[in-house]
Amino acid sequence: MTDEERLEQWIGTLLRSGVIIAAAVASLGGIVYLARHGFEPAYYGVFHGEPQDLRTVHGILHDVLLLRGRAVIQLGILLLIATPIARVALTLVGFAIMRDRRYVAITAVVLGMLLYSLVGS
Amino acid sequence: MPLLSLACGVDIRYAIGASLVSVIATSSGAAAAYVREGFTNVRVGMVLEIATTFGALAGALAAALVSTSAIAIIFGLVLLYSAYLTLRPHAAMAGPAAEAATRDRVAVWLRLHSTYPGTKGPEPYTVTHVGGGFGLMFVAGVLSGLLGIGSGAVKVLAMDQVMRLPFKVSTTTSNFMIGVTAAASAGVYLHRGYIDPGLALPVMLGVLLGAFAGARLLPIARTLHLRWVFGSVVVLLAIEMLYNGVTGRL
Repeated sequence: MTDEERLEQWIGTLLRSGVIIAAAVASLGGIVYLARHGFEPAYYGVFHGEPQDLRTVHGILHDVLLLRGRAVIQLGILLLIATPIARVALTLVGFAIMRDRRYVAITAVVLGMLLYSLVGS
Repeated sequence: MPLLSLACGVDIRYAIGASLVSVIATSSGAAAAYVREGFTNVRVGMVLEIATTFGALAGALAAALVSTSAIAIIFGLVLLYSAYLTLRPHAAMAGPAAEAATRDRVAVWLRLHSTYPGTKGPEPYTVTHVGGGFGLMFVAGVLSGLLGIGSGAVKVLAMDQVMRLPFKVSTTTSNFMIGVTAAASAGVYLHRGYIDPGLALPVMLGVLLGAFAGARLLPIARTLHLRWVFGSVVVLLAIEMLYNGVTGRL
């Protein structure tokens, strides 16, 4: 197997585990949420925006520790959003091992923009 | 997203948030299989992701300032045109064109030429017009950020029609890229409170099941059928967008 093919296998494994973990965490939160609020009607016709603590990485983690169902679902969604970002980070490592400087630079630019979006903006 | 906002009456902003979640789930769920099988061109994906992530960030930040109806109308027209182009398959590059492409300086410098699994083992292919594809990818990124979609159709268009990649490589590489594009704007929308857990959870679980199933079909599917399915979906999406834009429902 070439380095290139090995990198492709790693990426495949990372993506698959990422979505499975994200789905498991979110489902767990869903069970907690439904057990507590399952019989309240849902209505999304009017936009209120999510409460402040479900909008940031810090706020979500804080509420997860209080075992709030919606926050645990949101953590699963955060893990889902993080999966492609982790894939880019893994690709960066792969290209570094192959000593492919051009692609290390290209991948670093993409990773930088993604991290800015999630944490910085 | 059109399904949520049209059929279920969900506010467009919640629909955008849930749509981004569905895009990331589709991309990661299906790409896992495609990358392992060698359909996806990871290098082409990485290079073009510079354009799409930059576009998506710009689009997501601009979304608050621009009228979405106008965008929807423009987008609908773009989709109709791209459906027309896809259904009229280009002849495979052969002879002088293929030879010229092997000398495409940018593609050679970036080592984009590759192979993909064909019926008789690995088939080599070449990549051309990297600059044009890159520009169209920026547009795809902006649309993605503005409307909360993956804009996979525009990405396929850029790789299939402009860069002349084989169709299965274009669709799988597009699928590989939409997750990163959507992740770029998802951060911005999360901070704005558009991502609702109660809505995103069922969307995410449903889409993952679909993506795992679809990924098993690709190696045995025929390219001509894929083109027709893809073309029909794009036409439906275009009509949807135009309708929404004109009636001002977006």
